[in-house]
Amino acid sequence: MILFDQVSKRYKGGNEALSRVNFHLKPGEMAFLTGHSGAGKSTLLKLIALIERASTGNVIIGGRNLNKIGRHTLPYLRRNMGIIFQNYQLLYDRTVFDNVALPLIISGFSSREVKKRVHAALDKVGLLRFEKKYPITLSGGEQQRVSIARAVVNKPALLLADEPTGNLDHDLSREIMDLFMAFNQVGVTVLIATHDIPLINQLNKRVIQLDHGQMLTTGDA
Amino acid sequence: MTKTRTGEVSSVQLRQLKPSFSSRFKEFFVRHLQVFFYSLGLLSRTPFATLMTAAALGIALALPAGLYVILDHASQLSGDINSINQISLFMKKDVSEKTLLKIQKKLQAYPEIAQVKHIDRDAALQEFQDNSGFGDALKALKDNPLPDLLVVYPSLTHNDPQQINTLLIDLKKIKQVKLVQLDIQWLQRLYAILHIGQRGVLIIGSLLALAVLLIVGNTIRLAIENRRSEIVVMKLIGGTNSFIRRPFLYTGFWYGLLGSLIAILLVNISLIIINDPLAHLSSLYDSDLFSLGLMGINISATLLLSGCLLGLLGAGMAVGKHLKDIEPK
Repeated sequence: MILFDQVSKRYKGGNEALSRVNFHLKPGEMAFLTGHSGAGKSTLLKLIALIERASTGNVIIGGRNLNKIGRHTLPYLRRNMGIIFQNYQLLYDRTVFDNVALPLIISGFSSREVKKRVHAALDKVGLLRFEKKYPITLSGGEQQRVSIARAVVNKPALLLADEPTGNLDHDLSREIMDLFMAFNQVGVTVLIATHDIPLINQLNKRVIQLDHGQMLTTGDA
Repeated sequence: MTKTRTGEVSSVQLRQLKPSFSSRFKEFFVRHLQVFFYSLGLLSRTPFATLMTAAALGIALALPAGLYVILDHASQLSGDINSINQISLFMKKDVSEKTLLKIQKKLQAYPEIAQVKHIDRDAALQEFQDNSGFGDALKALKDNPLPDLLVVYPSLTHNDPQQINTLLIDLKKIKQVKLVQLDIQWLQRLYAILHIGQRGVLIIGSLLALAVLLIVGNTIRLAIENRRSEIVVMKLIGGTNSFIRRPFLYTGFWYGLLGSLIAILLVNISLIIINDPLAHLSSLYDSDLFSLGLMGINISATLLLSGCLLGLLGAGMAVGKHLKDIEPK
């Protein structure tokens, strides 16, 4: 599903965020991406989500080399992934329902389909009763669950999360991780960047470790 | 099937939940309609700011539109006058009263001529002395310098320029006639002035159309700036540029529509204000020709259409320029 082949990323100004990273995440796999702040976790995720481009090497997602994806096909590629951020990236002038519905509306689903799928997604994250509320009235953990609902409403094959529990306490973090595990169990490939080592130690999943932009361990079995 | 570097054959491509083609086709229009009204809803959330921008657009559009209305009426007015041409025949001095009467009678019989009026040279001198203010100076003259004058009014069925021209040639053949003058010089001057006016409206119109583009463009630029985070989110979840562009384009359209509606209102109010004193002036000329009325349907429709187009265009320019710069970081 995700293949990094000798991938380096050098930002303007010369600092190398990733240097010759190799790893492979198989379809249906779930892995944690760890490392100290500035180790390159976010950069790696940005390369997958095409927010940044690799300086050298190939990133291949679902069989497609991202180097060959142009500006116009990029949006369609992003629709295949659910992306979750530490700061939720919700639209605060729209209701929970409208936030979750956004990916479906972008893809052109009918209103009936949108309603059905949004309800299903909100139900999965346990927020169905909040559909008419505005995100600002929800707690951090609830907002993160809204953003997860938005990420999975399209049923993407790949879920990416960048410090999804960064702003949450331990119990809430565990709830969020359990949600990701549940999605992984139905076949979704999941890659989560986090530095919450105690939490991931409880979960017994593959851990990919970065250190100063270099792969420390790919955790490959 | 993709053979990867690790040698594994990955048959699991990124499969995505996709709506059917017919659903997407239908939804395309439904969504357009939704965004159309959604963008109006956004504008109505900030009624004061919206009204200020629309009023600026309205004023910019009203000026050329108003000038155009006035010019349009002026050329219609001159068209009316055009149909009451008169031809002045200045007679030679030694023509006797009797011959004059004979010529008048002969001309009267022409089918091309509706009426012939004789202005006696003595009566003309008397009138000139009374009205011109040169009374005393004229009294010093021994002879009456004025010739007899026959004023010929072509009949209404024979007053197009071609026919008038043939008539003129005929009239010039009369040997007692010294000079034939068609009173169109002032008309030509009026046309020349109107022509300059039309150019003026064109220039002002173009400049103000540019102003409309800039106002809308700047407003949309601010709207884009205000919704930067929203645009980033849209791009992150796979919104295409055309999807993200759409509400801004419709916002531009609404601004153009509101602006031109305000312009129509402004022009009509101005016309109502002008019409009263104009009617008074007109009555002083014993005429009811001068009346501007209200804006015609055609001009109103043209104004609406160009307002909407300018709004769309201005928004399109702003969106094209600024949307590219906003990318997720």
